[in-house]
Amino acid sequence: MSKIQVSTNINNESVEYLCEPHDTMLNVLRNQLDLTGSKESCGSGDCGSCSIILDGELVCSCLMLAAEAEGSKLETIEGMSEGGKLHALQQKFLEKAALQCGICTPGFLMASKALLDHNPTPTETEVRFWLAGNLCRCTGYDKIVKAVLEVADDMKESA
Amino acid sequence: MNEISNKWIGKNTVRPDGAEKVTGRAQYSSDTTMPGMIWGHVLRSPHPHAKIISINTKKAEALAGVKSVITSKDIVDFPLDTPVILGIQDMRWMCRNVMARDKVLFHGHPLAAVAATTEAIAEKACDLIEVEYEILPWAIDIEDAIKDDAPILHDHIQFNGKPSNIAGTLEHKKGDIEEGFAKADVIIEKDFKTEAVHQGYLETHSCLVSVAADGRATIWSSSQGQFMVRAMTSFLTGIPQSNIRAIPAEIGGGFGGKTIVYLEPLATVLSQKTGRPVKIVMNREDTMRASGPTSGSKSTIKIGATNDGKIVAAQGIYYLQAGAFPGSPIRGAAGCSLAPYDIPNAHTFGYDVVSNRSKVAAYRAPGAPIGAYGVECVLDEIAEALKMCPLELRKINAAKEGTKAVHGPVFPKMGYIETLDAAINHPHYKAPLGKHQGRGVASGFWFNAGGESSAQLNITEDGNVVVTTGHPDIGGSRASIANITAELLGIHHDRVSVLIGDTATIGYSNLTGGSRVLFASAMVVTESAQIVINQLKQRAAKIWGIDEDAIEWENGEARPAGDNAGKFAPLTLAEIADKATATGGPIGAGYQVNTEGAEGGFATHICDVEVDMDLGIVRVKRYTSIQDVGKAIHPDYVEGQLQGGCAQGIGWALSEEYIYNKDGHLDNTGFLDYRMPVCSDLPMLDTVIIEVPNPKHPQGVRGVGEVPLVPPLAAISNAVYQAIGKRSYSLPMSPPKVLKIIEGN
Amino acid sequence: MSETQYLAAKTIDEAVSAHSKANGSARFLAGGTDLLVQIKSGIKKPKLVIDIKKIVELNAIKEVSDNEFMVGASVSGANLNRNNKFTKLWPGVIEAFRLIGSEQIQGRASLGGNLCNGSPAGDSVPALIAAGCIAIIAGPDGKKEIPIENFHKGPGKTVLENGEMLVSLKFPKREINSSDAYLRMTPRTEMDIAVVGCGVNITLENNVCTAARVSLGAVAPTPLLIKDASDIMIGTDLNSDILDKVANLCIKACNPINDKRGTIDYRTKVAGVLLKRSVLIAIDRIKGN
Repeated sequence: MSKIQVSTNINNESVEYLCEPHDTMLNVLRNQLDLTGSKESCGSGDCGSCSIILDGELVCSCLMLAAEAEGSKLETIEGMSEGGKLHALQQKFLEKAALQCGICTPGFLMASKALLDHNPTPTETEVRFWLAGNLCRCTGYDKIVKAVLEVADDMKESA
Repeated sequence: MNEISNKWIGKNTVRPDGAEKVTGRAQYSSDTTMPGMIWGHVLRSPHPHAKIISINTKKAEALAGVKSVITSKDIVDFPLDTPVILGIQDMRWMCRNVMARDKVLFHGHPLAAVAATTEAIAEKACDLIEVEYEILPWAIDIEDAIKDDAPILHDHIQFNGKPSNIAGTLEHKKGDIEEGFAKADVIIEKDFKTEAVHQGYLETHSCLVSVAADGRATIWSSSQGQFMVRAMTSFLTGIPQSNIRAIPAEIGGGFGGKTIVYLEPLATVLSQKTGRPVKIVMNREDTMRASGPTSGSKSTIKIGATNDGKIVAAQGIYYLQAGAFPGSPIRGAAGCSLAPYDIPNAHTFGYDVVSNRSKVAAYRAPGAPIGAYGVECVLDEIAEALKMCPLELRKINAAKEGTKAVHGPVFPKMGYIETLDAAINHPHYKAPLGKHQGRGVASGFWFNAGGESSAQLNITEDGNVVVTTGHPDIGGSRASIANITAELLGIHHDRVSVLIGDTATIGYSNLTGGSRVLFASAMVVTESAQIVINQLKQRAAKIWGIDEDAIEWENGEARPAGDNAGKFAPLTLAEIADKATATGGPIGAGYQVNTEGAEGGFATHICDVEVDMDLGIVRVKRYTSIQDVGKAIHPDYVEGQLQGGCAQGIGWALSEEYIYNKDGHLDNTGFLDYRMPVCSDLPMLDTVIIEVPNPKHPQGVRGVGEVPLVPPLAAISNAVYQAIGKRSYSLPMSPPKVLKIIEGN
Repeated sequence: MSETQYLAAKTIDEAVSAHSKANGSARFLAGGTDLLVQIKSGIKKPKLVIDIKKIVELNAIKEVSDNEFMVGASVSGANLNRNNKFTKLWPGVIEAFRLIGSEQIQGRASLGGNLCNGSPAGDSVPALIAAGCIAIIAGPDGKKEIPIENFHKGPGKTVLENGEMLVSLKFPKREINSSDAYLRMTPRTEMDIAVVGCGVNITLENNVCTAARVSLGAVAPTPLLIKDASDIMIGTDLNSDILDKVANLCIKACNPINDKRGTIDYRTKVAGVLLKRSVLIAIDRIKGN
């Protein structure tokens, strides 16, 4: 049973680790790299709690082998704020009470960031369908969708 | 407290724990680690019902990396003949639920646990445990569990003098229903069926337990009550409560499902035996199959009314699934279903039915959604028979201050009628409907609870405030407590920190559940704040050399109460804190009490659906929930409770259900096939907050969290009827079922 | 599981030869959105996982000649969706592919993976069959081509033999006045597996159908090409009587299972409904262009 050495980039930092061939990226993030912000709620890609951005694409880290990160660029929730300054989405989620228990929040923030990176002016329907891969059981999604639309509006105004 | 000049109560402040949550730094229990930590894994029954003939753990123990293997002999036994009640649970069932003793009673029932250096090794070791079973016939559904030749789960449970799977009953009576029905001009009697649904919290069960060499245990777990965790673990392991410290981690959802323990006692014993901290994390599949959903049910509702719309008699007979051990929420079904109405003759009866599925756990107003479903649907049929608006029918019969509820108490001042009026006058109720669209309404009630709470309020040396409360925060209660504290002390909200204590650092506090956290913690925080304000006045009195009765506290300052008291410049909280040592020592106080005065909550919901008539698909197009919350301390988080409950109700009504296969195994154990609503399934969820203050609470608070799940099942069913012209009497209204009804099969 | 090895293949030959040597105990890994779930639940227990995402040909979207496309087996849904020309030519294929899972899944999932997973309910497959798509396969004996409608042998089983790998999907040169459409029935708006899927591809000239292909998914052990549908549709104006006939044909072709996602009865009914709706969408697309 030989481990694989992986060199990758996580949140703009070079990272190296050893992993088993069958380790998922989520497993390595949480249990080896102390990046516990990404959560495991289902392990089967159905809830989005483990969402990260891989080479610019929104993906579920539970459905990715840690070995596949070789040479890639990953963004996790831990890299969303910079130097202690919250991203506009993080700030808006707080102001608009778009979280209750907060367990789904990292996944939603990653997914929302990916949405606005790809489509800066989404409609409510586009937001809802883009976020359909992220489950929330506490909020009924209402305040989350409103927060994302408001950030999009804010960004449009300041542009 | 002056309503108009409230600075913080009623404001949407940013929650104190927010920054950690949006940056991924908040520590949930599976995020926690300790040096030397090892992993636990649970062996679960592959059979729905079987006798355990033998368990051989030798091969498992011999696997490299395995540190300990335990079975039921390592868990305290509670003999079946002696009830041992802890809160709403009975330890006889709890000890058998966490670890099967001589029988496994559901697919997924734990019967052994392993601790090993990695999770993978622990899992492999479980596969090496050899169990000999004598497979028994099993029963999953209510009908199968109560028929004459049903396989019996517990030999000691008897009903009508025979061994039975009916483990208990509950009854409420008011007046004489026979007389009542005799007076009725219209009587509607219907049968209803619902399936088991899971609370669906995104964070699975997990815990990390460290037992030190002196036998003292520290538990970090995802739970709705650290004191419950401590007590249950103490009962089930034999360790005295004073040697257990239960720390509530941030919790990723509970909705009632985390008001009991599954893993903590196992991890504690494993940690004791190995001398290492042990972490156990349940995966999604085991969470679905082995942690309590709420009951499936079958019920018969009969309501009679006279032509003027007065309900003269009502009866509800409920059968609720308990799962493998007694304890379904018949109390909620039988007690809440008729509560919104003033009915002279009423009767509700509940049957608690055990069967070979996981033991049910509380789910947001346990039993009440099931109870209300049938009643609110039959009321719709009565309104139709009398050619009356369904909201007007409810208004004619509405409970008000002074009404004696079917379950006993007399209602004090409350706002049920206000919710009906708000619904009747809401633009939603008058909005035009399109093709294949329909609108339904329903009301609901939940008891709400009070219960024990403790708080500490301490002034820091730099003049700010730290509040410690005793209840895990699952909905944003810390934000509301900060609002109240800031308001009472007259200081800026940012100067208040709110923390949740553990069993060692805060006094006994009852569960986070029952819609009681804010109600109860606000009471004890208010008392603590009052004591602290008196202390601050005393210190000012000392500093000025005047009588403390001559001092008032306003806007965060002590001032002389009048010109006669003396001309002194006001002393701020910070200034007094600075002189704390010189004036007597630390400034702070705590308060603990069994809070009383919690009053029930009422709501009315309006729902529009659109139905695809060729495919049977129902989509919710518009939803408005209207609820009397007493006082909204933090309106956004109050709205959040309403919206969350509505979303869960939509899932329960349209797509969620437990599906068992022919082997008695739960077939849909993941989020692919256990279908909770996703973002694109729902519209915006509008809310109307009604405030009829609870006269028994310092801020007028009523419990908010549970009522929202009570009306949706019927509101949506009634809407579907309006859209398709035929009624459904069972949930979920999934597309194949709706299509069958449309086609009239 | 602890014996699983991982290999990131750099060329087709490397991948094919590693798979061949493993003699049935290796699996190709593209997006992993099916494979990782299956490994976790124990359904598949490969000794070797061969990551094919670094192979250039498999990641490419090539316009071989005007309006003639070849899509590499591991191209993700997110990537294919960004190719404006492809999405204009094959809106049905794109909408079928885009229905698979969430945006997170789309960031990884591939047409090739969806095809090779062999699920009778795979959303992209009816659209690929309707399109007349051909699978290009590399193996120890060289390359071969198989029409998608012949690719599946049964639930989870494809015609791929040991050492064979799907390299790309060859789409026919797109005729003018043609369009396709895919519809599926799921209980929720997203995140569900198709209870029934229907893909249609038609060509209309002066309102007369000159070419038509109809395919159904999730109603039989493999996705179906409804061969006789073409005969009924060609030469007609696709009026409601014709569509009723084709719908009935679809209903007769159904041989579904009862499971927690749908009953035989329901799936059969839905197949007919989806057929009519998808043809109307394809017609609209042709007329709108």
